[in-house]
Formats: sequence, C-alpha cells, structure tokens
Amino acid sequence: MRKVKADPKGVLTGSHYLDGDFAIAEGALAAGCRFFAGYPITPSTETAERFAERIPFVGGVFIQMEDEIASITALIGASWAGQKAMTVTSGPGFSLMMENIGLAAMMETPIVIANVQRGGPSTGLPTLVGQADMMQVKFGSHGDYEIIALSPESPQECFDLTIKAFNLSETYRVPVFVMTDECVGHMHEKVVIPPAEQIELVERKYYEGPKEKYLPYKPDKDLVPFMVKAGDGYRFHTTGLTHDQRGYPVINAEAQDWCVKHLVDKIRKNANKIIEYQEDQTDNAEVVVVSYGITSRVAIKPVLDARKAGIKVGTLRLITVWPFPESRVKELAQKIKAFVVPELNLGQICREVERCAAGGAAAISVPHCGGWVHDPDDILKAIKEAAR
Amino acid sequence: MKTEELAEPKNPMEDFLRMDRIPHIWCPGCGIGTVVTSFADALRKSEIDLDKVAVVSGIGCAGRVAGYVKFDSFHSTHGRAIPFATGLKLANPELNVIVFSGDGDIAGIGGNHLIHAARRNMDILVICVNNFNYAMTGGQVAATSPLSANLSTAPYGNYEYPFSLPYLVDTCGATYAARWTALHIRRVTRSIQEALAKRGFRFIEVITPCVTLYARRNRLGDGLNLLKYYYDKSEIQHGADTRTLGIDYQGKLIVGKFVDREKPTFLECMNTHLQKALGSKYVPYGVKP
Repeated sequence: MRKVKADPKGVLTGSHYLDGDFAIAEGALAAGCRFFAGYPITPSTETAERFAERIPFVGGVFIQMEDEIASITALIGASWAGQKAMTVTSGPGFSLMMENIGLAAMMETPIVIANVQRGGPSTGLPTLVGQADMMQVKFGSHGDYEIIALSPESPQECFDLTIKAFNLSETYRVPVFVMTDECVGHMHEKVVIPPAEQIELVERKYYEGPKEKYLPYKPDKDLVPFMVKAGDGYRFHTTGLTHDQRGYPVINAEAQDWCVKHLVDKIRKNANKIIEYQEDQTDNAEVVVVSYGITSRVAIKPVLDARKAGIKVGTLRLITVWPFPESRVKELAQKIKAFVVPELNLGQICREVERCAAGGAAAISVPHCGGWVHDPDDILKAIKEAAR
Repeated sequence: MKTEELAEPKNPMEDFLRMDRIPHIWCPGCGIGTVVTSFADALRKSEIDLDKVAVVSGIGCAGRVAGYVKFDSFHSTHGRAIPFATGLKLANPELNVIVFSGDGDIAGIGGNHLIHAARRNMDILVICVNNFNYAMTGGQVAATSPLSANLSTAPYGNYEYPFSLPYLVDTCGATYAARWTALHIRRVTRSIQEALAKRGFRFIEVITPCVTLYARRNRLGDGLNLLKYYYDKSEIQHGADTRTLGIDYQGKLIVGKFVDREKPTFLECMNTHLQKALGSKYVPYGVKP
C-alpha cells in the first residue's frame, strides 16, 4: 500500500464554517476525487452542488446523471478508468443504487457513496433526519458480500471520514459508505482543512508484472487483488457474474464458493485494521451507550446527567459501523450490565449489539422513527433502567 | 518449401477474441456472432489502438459480447452498459468506448440511459443487436417486438407499439444512426468503421435472427429462412426520414445510414462553456496539452 500526500489543487486549506454536506465535497476533493456523478435528492444535494461549483478550478468532471442508477454505474466505470469517484444520495436514491452497489462489490471496484439519511420508508421525510438505512447499507443488494460504512457525527468528521472512505475503498477495492444524516449534513460548524502535505492518501495498488500474467481477481497477501486501469493494455475482463481469478464467468457451486468467500473474507479478515471507534469511561462502566452519527451528539447530555446521578456510564461511539466492532462489544458484554443503543430507527444497530453481546449483557434499544432527534431524557431513562 | 511457411495458420479473429472462452454460448443460426466478426473487422480496418478500446455490455444474449472480445471489457448489469460506458469515457477521454448489447438491455430497461446519453452527445458508440425479443430469458415481448408477433409473455400476439430505434436516437440528438441486418456483413463493418471515425453519440442497430425463440414461436423457419427474409425485405435507403423507419411484423426493413451530423461532444461542450464562463481560472479536463 503506497501512501502519498494530497494534491494541493483540491485542498481548501484553512478554517471554514461549513455544513456536513459541503464538508463531504471538500473531503472528496482533498482525497483526490475528480469524478462525481449524482442526482439531486434532499438532503444530500448540497454536496453535488459544492462539487459542481469547485471542480472546474481543480480539473475533473461533475456530471448530473439521469437517475441514481446511472450515477452509481458511472462511478464503477470511472473507477475502472483510474479515477477516484463518488456520489451522494439519500433514502430513495440509495434504494435505486442497490443493484449496482452489488456490481461494485462483485467487480471489486473502489467507489465512495455518501448517504445523507432522511426519514423513510419510501419518500418519507425528505427534509428531516433519519438513521434507518443502517441495515440497508450492509444488506441492501442481493447476495452475500461485505462493504465498509462510516458514520460521521460532525461536519469536521464529514470531511475527515470522506478522506478515510476513499483510503479504505482504494485499500480494499470495495464500495465505502459515508452514512451521515440530515442533521449532520445540514449542521454548520467549524471545519479545519489541513495543508495538503498533512493529508495522507492511499494509492491504489496497481499491478506491475507481465501483462499476460495479470489476473484481476487473484488475491494478494492481504486478500486484495491488484487492479489495472482500462486503456493500459491489459485487455482484462470483469463481470457481475460469478467468476474465477481471470474474471471469467464460471457458473457452478465451486466457483461461487470461492468468489463469494473471497469478497467477504477480504473485509472480515481485515476487520481489525478497518474498524475505528471512540470509547470513553468504559473501564468500570456498568452501562455503555452505543451510538453513531447525530445520535452520539444527542447522547452526550444524558450520559453526563447519568454520571452526575452516580451511574457508571461509558460510551462507545461507532465511527466504523460496518464491519461491526463485534469483538469489542463481546468483550464489553462480559464486564457490564447493559448496552443502551439510541438510534433514529427502530433498533437496527441495537440488534447487532444484542447479537454480539450474546446474552453477556442486555441490549436496550432507544428507538426513534426519525423526523427529529431523541429527547435526551428518553436516553437518560434507558440508562437508569439499564443500571438498575 | 521452408518449414516456417508451414507454421500453424493464425485464426484472423485471434487478436480480437478471447480464444480461451470459445466456443461461445450463442445458438446455431444466431446473428450476434456475425456482428462481432464485423466489429472485429471494422477495428482491424480502422487501425485504431486496440489497447484503448473498451467494450461494455449489459445483460442478455448480446450482453455476452463483452466476455468474448479481447479488449478491456466489462459485463455490467442489465440496462446499465451506457452509464458504465459514460463513466469510463469521462474518466479517461482517450478511451474508445463501445457499448455492445441487445435491444432489451439498451432500449427496454436501459431506455432512460439511451436517450440521455444521446441528448448529452456522450462520445460513445452503441452497437445494438435487435432480435425483437428477450431471448436469454426465453423469448418474452420487448420494446422492439413488432405488433402481432407472438412472444412468450404475449402468447396471443403483441399489442404494444414498438420503438423505432434510429428514430428515437435521432430525435435525442445522436451524431450517427444506422440500421442494418446481420446479413449485411460488409455494410455493418463499414458502418462501424465510419462510426469509429466519428465522435459523439453514435448508434448502430443490427437486426439479427433469433432462431431458437422468436423464429420458432412465430413459425418463421430456420436461420436460412430468416436470412432470406432479410434479403427479400430489406431496402437500403440512406438518409431516409427516420420517422419512416417503423418495423411491421415480417414487413419491410428500411436499412442504411440515416443520421450523420457533426456537433460537439459532452466534454467539448463542458470545456468550451466553462472556459468561456470562468476564463483562465478554469482547469480544462481531458484535453491534451
């Protein structure tokens, strides 16, 4: 894995007052993304607008496609031609993208997709917050595969995690998702963009051996195959069909076993290198609040209130939601009474916490259908109940 | 005779096909293979850099073309070959991007992408194999099935009006539109050559026989009968008004080159416009210094 410094052309170094959506666009530009295909959808459109406004001065392409299906498919093409590519969307657009998210996973194509989550299902709450796509991002396309999903809690993290998303997608040849939400997307805060030389980027692992020996799906030591670019003379083939290491379709159970396990293993076996979370006062905790995105901001007050009331509360903030920090939750479950999981859905990630806790500790969901954030008192109530 | 002269003769298609994937899956009497041969022939005659050729297919019988041609080749999802090609072309404007797929893929499920790529004048060549039905799945009715033709999901005959593809892409702004049948091997080759030499959104429809499904269901005989039908019923009318190109069941097939116009491509429009709007601050994209 080769690391390089960011190209100063895309980096708007300085202190800014930006909303999360704009910060995603700046993160993408800083990460060297020079291809953006998108379709307008509230509350994500500002990212596309910002990119369209900025890219002419950086050198690259913004294209507004005819729909979200076209947008995500164009990213896959652009990535195979050697560009870092991204799109942004929200609920309905995200649903439209599902089939080709599977194609990107199957072709092992690095792309970045930001989902500024709003209330669903269907058209739901276009202008109001939700966090109910957290299972869809993991399981939304058909078949078994793995992806990486990050969840920023602030505009600053929108910037930082978009860069991280590109680095992860280039490292693992996998679609990576920035799962933000309407609140973080539309929240204005200070965003510090460092000088280009302080931004570390991962360069795609390109194959450099003899052309006739190139195999697009031969796993390297880290399980990630080398990539090449269209136009470089490798004359490679890639398909959404079950394939062998040559990328040729093979339609039988043995090939399926190899192909699917490879897609899954390259993420699962590297999970410890991918997963990032933030922990606070978990050492002697009896209750741990697990949260992500805007909800981790809302959880600050009830956690402080509970501590004032003498309850030993720790927090586990998920920065990487997928792959899920399974082993850490397992460890904590052995030491604590209960997890409290507030989220703007009816318990999607709580279900995962419960699965990993495996009975070692209770998992108490603090559900919310979205449209607004939690009342901090509801979280406090759950913490008190958990400590009982 | 010297021994080297006795060397194994090389298959003329070897430079163009993944020989390790032959034999292909197409039925005997299917026309897709001849279109691929014409495509290879056109590339040879065009003398373009084959390393810069990228072929994108969707799903279906013709969607398998990407798997057989020896270029950078992408077998994408159903209907999405055109946006995939759009991404490839815009990310590396040096590529010669060709979409090779079927009527169901390009004009049915992918119809939205077809009209928008033509509207934007995306610099790609689309070769659309039209066999009047969804063949890979067993002969269902398509957006191109002629009225009254019998299909497995139109078991009493088709009552939906079909698309006339050259007319559709013409009205959307394509720079090149032609229609041939799989019988017109040399003309298909020449047409692909001509289209490869042009820029912008170029579209070639090739009517091909589907012996196994469309022909059998409609009792149209074998491959030879269908070729005879093409021979008898196709009429070359270069420059024909694209409004007149509708295809009736077993009716006349008007073929030829209908559209050949010059206009700036998407990237040319983008560069010209942004240069004008932003002056020297604009960083041109995909333009060789």
